[in-house]
Amino acid sequence: MTLTSPRTRRFDLTRLPLVKPLLRSRWPQFLVTVIALSGFLFAIITGLAGTPVGSRNFGIVFVWIAWWALLMLIAVPLLGRGWCSICPIPVPGEWLQRGAVLKPNGRGWGLARRWPRRLRNIWLQNASFALVALFSAVVLTQPAATGIVLAAFLFIAVGASLIFERRAFCRYLCPVGGFIGLYSQIAPIEVRVKDISICAAHTEKTCYIGDAEGYGCPWQSFPGGLAKNTYCGACMECLRTCPHDNIAINLRPFGDDLIKPIGRRLDEAFKAFIMLGSAVAYSAVMLGTWGDLKSAAYAVGSGEWFAYAIAFLAFIFGVLPGAFLLAIVAGQRLSGSTAKTKSTFIHMAYALVPLGLAAWIAFSLSFVFTNLSYLWPALSDPLGRGWNLLGAAHAQWTPYLTQAMPMLQAIVLLGGLLWSSATARRIAGERLSARAAMRQSLPVAGFCLIVTAGLLGLLIG
Amino acid sequence: MATRTIARQRTGWIIFALLGLAIAFGPIPTSTAAPADRLIRIEAGSFDYAPAEIDVNPGDRVTLELVSTDVVHGLYLDGYELNATADPGRPARLTFVADKPGTFRFRCSVTCGALHPFMIGKLRVGENDLLWRAIGLAALAAVAGVWWVRS
Repeated sequence: MTLTSPRTRRFDLTRLPLVKPLLRSRWPQFLVTVIALSGFLFAIITGLAGTPVGSRNFGIVFVWIAWWALLMLIAVPLLGRGWCSICPIPVPGEWLQRGAVLKPNGRGWGLARRWPRRLRNIWLQNASFALVALFSAVVLTQPAATGIVLAAFLFIAVGASLIFERRAFCRYLCPVGGFIGLYSQIAPIEVRVKDISICAAHTEKTCYIGDAEGYGCPWQSFPGGLAKNTYCGACMECLRTCPHDNIAINLRPFGDDLIKPIGRRLDEAFKAFIMLGSAVAYSAVMLGTWGDLKSAAYAVGSGEWFAYAIAFLAFIFGVLPGAFLLAIVAGQRLSGSTAKTKSTFIHMAYALVPLGLAAWIAFSLSFVFTNLSYLWPALSDPLGRGWNLLGAAHAQWTPYLTQAMPMLQAIVLLGGLLWSSATARRIAGERLSARAAMRQSLPVAGFCLIVTAGLLGLLIG
Repeated sequence: MATRTIARQRTGWIIFALLGLAIAFGPIPTSTAAPADRLIRIEAGSFDYAPAEIDVNPGDRVTLELVSTDVVHGLYLDGYELNATADPGRPARLTFVADKPGTFRFRCSVTCGALHPFMIGKLRVGENDLLWRAIGLAALAAVAGVWWVRS
């Protein structure tokens, strides 16, 4: 596979009437982003100053139920980094950095330093996600903690924009952006160039440098070199700056990025373990029946919490990758592969992406639909002042889809497992014969089966 | 050669499909225990239930007695869609016939503190067929996924 291979089974959405003008125009994106920013700031305010009752607090309910549902059940699986294109967190810093809200307009503020070379990976995002995950029992239930975390994201994003060039926060720090990038490889949509030879001949590279029409790629990616969605923020700047109309927004088969044998890295491989392991841990802590485990996850700073934190970190950074390594070594023995174990480990870890996303969807289905009815009173009385704006302030809590939920979760997990097993075989087949690829991938499929069985036990057992 | 490969693949898919149907819908031995009256006392406090997991037989007439040990707690039983609320010192009772087999979550229905959304227990009515069938299908899916792709 090379970057110039024909892009089969794709449909360029910009060929449809209105799509390109709508995406090139800054106004639709600006309006949606401003609405999201207003909601985000309001969530911070209500988190810090609203009712301390989590299930009644707008910040908690809006962020961890409504936004999370939209993100994990719709945006990530279908739109990849679609959320990143309207995310409010980096926006204030970006406006300051650019000195403009819409089109380029003079000079902005900031030092515009380059991000340190040694940190040009997603290890910091892996660490930031794990850090937030350690405190999640508190962050998800205490409005003040949610307010503080959201405000911290905002301040760090502004600081990063004023010190470093472009969207350093999104690319290297954001704990949410890290896993969206990983799972965006599954989405049936991509931003790519139509003809790489046009990019090669275009010496100005306005898509990367910027021009009067738009900014150079905020994600520091050269569109002509894009082979995966992981580091494309779908911000549409390249659509605005390309003078040759060479940018396409393609519909494509699901999971297309996963079977490209390029750009696979250890930091991304570990992101797959962190996310899969966190889905297992969250299912046990939040949806399990073990009160002591919940209390330990909540009692930040206590001995129980430290034990929980060590166990959580050991599971996502040690046990899961360690067991996967055993599966890789077993596969190498069975297949007779002479490839380096580390390289095989990295490549094959991408097979975990579909199962990881399925695990998060299965977890989120239960979490979201059980708690969604808290949204109506929170919207009716967002500040906890006794208002009844929508007439639903006294709506009773009602869990939704309780009858269908176990079946839905089982179907999602089985689909993820099937997809992961097939992806493992495909990845193994990149470097091995058919028979050897099957033998290399069978232990990985076995690993996925064990994780799936564990998740089934936690979610529907 | 190509025709033989296609025929083999088709046979493989038919075998996987038949196995899948057998696992999904095949008969599973069920409990033959005679229905009985069951009174189960559940203590609710500090974001968990004790006992947190309850087993009954299909057809049992079940009475759950909810006893709160600290603040007001509720018990909402998924699948059966039943709800009870207990004040401290004032137990509440739910009586129903366990006529739906499977595993059902019960959860606190009254905001009782920070971890309220995660206060969860389980009621198992007979065998959890869905779990065992799903695990069987998972084993089949793991093999089918590897088999499916032709390098």
